[in-house]
Amino acid sequence: MSKPEFSLAELMIVAASEAWRNNGEWLASGLGIIPRLGASLAKVSHSPELLMTDSEAFLVEEPVPVGPRGDYQPKYAGYMPFERIFDCVWHGRRHAMVGPTQIDRWAQTNLSVVGDYHKPKVAMLGVRGLPGNSINHRNSFFVPNHNSRVFVAGEVDMVSGVGFKPERWGPGMRRDLMSIGVAVTDLCVMDWNGPDNAPRVVSLHPGVDFELVQERTGFPLLKVDNLGETPHPTAEQLAAIARLDPHNLRSKQLNGNPAGIRTAEELRA
Amino acid sequence: MNKLMTAADVVGQLRDGMTIGFGGWGPRRKPMAIVREILRSDVKDLTVVAYGGPEVGMLCAAGKVKKLIFGFATMDAIPLEPYFRKARQAGELNVMELDEGLFQWGLKAAAMRLPFLPARAGLATDVLTHNPELRTIASPYADGEVLLAMPALNLDVAFVHVNRADRLGNTLITGNDVYFDQHFARAAERCYVSAEEVEDKLELDAETARFNTFERSLVSGVVHAPLGAHPTACGPAYGWDMQHLKAYSDSAAQDDGWQQYAETHVNCSDAEYLERNGGAERISQLPMPIF
Repeated sequence: MSKPEFSLAELMIVAASEAWRNNGEWLASGLGIIPRLGASLAKVSHSPELLMTDSEAFLVEEPVPVGPRGDYQPKYAGYMPFERIFDCVWHGRRHAMVGPTQIDRWAQTNLSVVGDYHKPKVAMLGVRGLPGNSINHRNSFFVPNHNSRVFVAGEVDMVSGVGFKPERWGPGMRRDLMSIGVAVTDLCVMDWNGPDNAPRVVSLHPGVDFELVQERTGFPLLKVDNLGETPHPTAEQLAAIARLDPHNLRSKQLNGNPAGIRTAEELRA
Repeated sequence: MNKLMTAADVVGQLRDGMTIGFGGWGPRRKPMAIVREILRSDVKDLTVVAYGGPEVGMLCAAGKVKKLIFGFATMDAIPLEPYFRKARQAGELNVMELDEGLFQWGLKAAAMRLPFLPARAGLATDVLTHNPELRTIASPYADGEVLLAMPALNLDVAFVHVNRADRLGNTLITGNDVYFDQHFARAAERCYVSAEEVEDKLELDAETARFNTFERSLVSGVVHAPLGAHPTACGPAYGWDMQHLKAYSDSAAQDDGWQQYAETHVNCSDAEYLERNGGAERISQLPMPIF
């Protein structure tokens, strides 16, 4: 059997799905198309025990395909309006994958403003749920365009989500409830499991070398022993993704919808 | 007992400098008919408290907002609220930026007449740095944990848009999510509801009565405002008007964009407003968004 062709988006969906492996009966929240498809793939393949919503107000045991639903009727199994989301967040059995505007070496995130807080260069959404999410349950990150404007050199401009910077924590504050999963980017998968929670590259996407990732990251990176390639999607995974995304919205999430296997020249273009 | 009022009556109760909460969530079930009435009024220097949608941008654009207490301002499918962004980037806006859950905690503290509620959300972030009025507190029990003491968000007035109401102030919210409107109602000195439908007296079966999320004793006035959430969504009746929101958003790119928007959509009667947005029939048929 020939190896399946796949897009970078599909590779990232599969990498994202791995974030939710062995989480148990946690609420899997993927914010945005690729993270949501990652969570959905996790639930239909290796981790059916995950909780999931229809991205509005109801729990479902069968992930709802993204985009216009046609004849598809979601099958509700429970109720999860915003107020219960907060209950669930503060209780801790949730793992969200979010797309912050900035992330720093301490895994602190920013969704509020770029520049000076009082007269920002760019005002974004506001901190939203990042402070509460980040201090209460596990968070992973989705970065569609890995560069040093996202992975910033110093601290993020407005710390919206907590991280591992000791100076940010006062005496008596509980740090043990926070947890950082992975960052799935268009170049690699990262975690913060190095010494003293130093950021590390866990796997490189096809055609990417460590030096390229380091060049496009504002802070120093470690690499795991035996740094390997991000696993390619299997035919089964690609078929499941196609069912979860019947309108191929995944093809519109990354600039130019790159192929999963890129040459060094394409990557440095 | 008859709490029926006009939007103008209600807005006539507002005073400069008041703290006003708006129910709903982003571009969902916002009391926009009331907001438009506020935009037409002289009231100013408001402290606006909201899970922000276009009402925040419009009130900022019209120069009504002295301070914004918020967790976000967004129109979902158009992630960045254009006039909020403009005001923020001009450095004009005094803000208290809170975590979404912390914001709820502030409303609940006010609703329970407590000075604060403890939380972890906000610790170790710049929410603390930029809100020096937020204090921490140590648990008085053996754990001694240090927590953020979220102060009560006491509101002078709250506005909430509901699907059905009666003249007594009984209300039903029949969309898939009631958001945090019950806390807004309870956190406020006075709460005014606008409603798609107003009846003399609700007479419901048990299943329908469960759509009531706060008691009428919290309601000071009821305004009949059919399609009154437009251009935001009011499930299950109608979805948001993306065409309108996009035009609103695009207007922010022009120097006199707000003036033009206001001329067309604010400085007019309710009937003209509906007409200028394709008529009641079009609005009532706007499809619910797919998430």
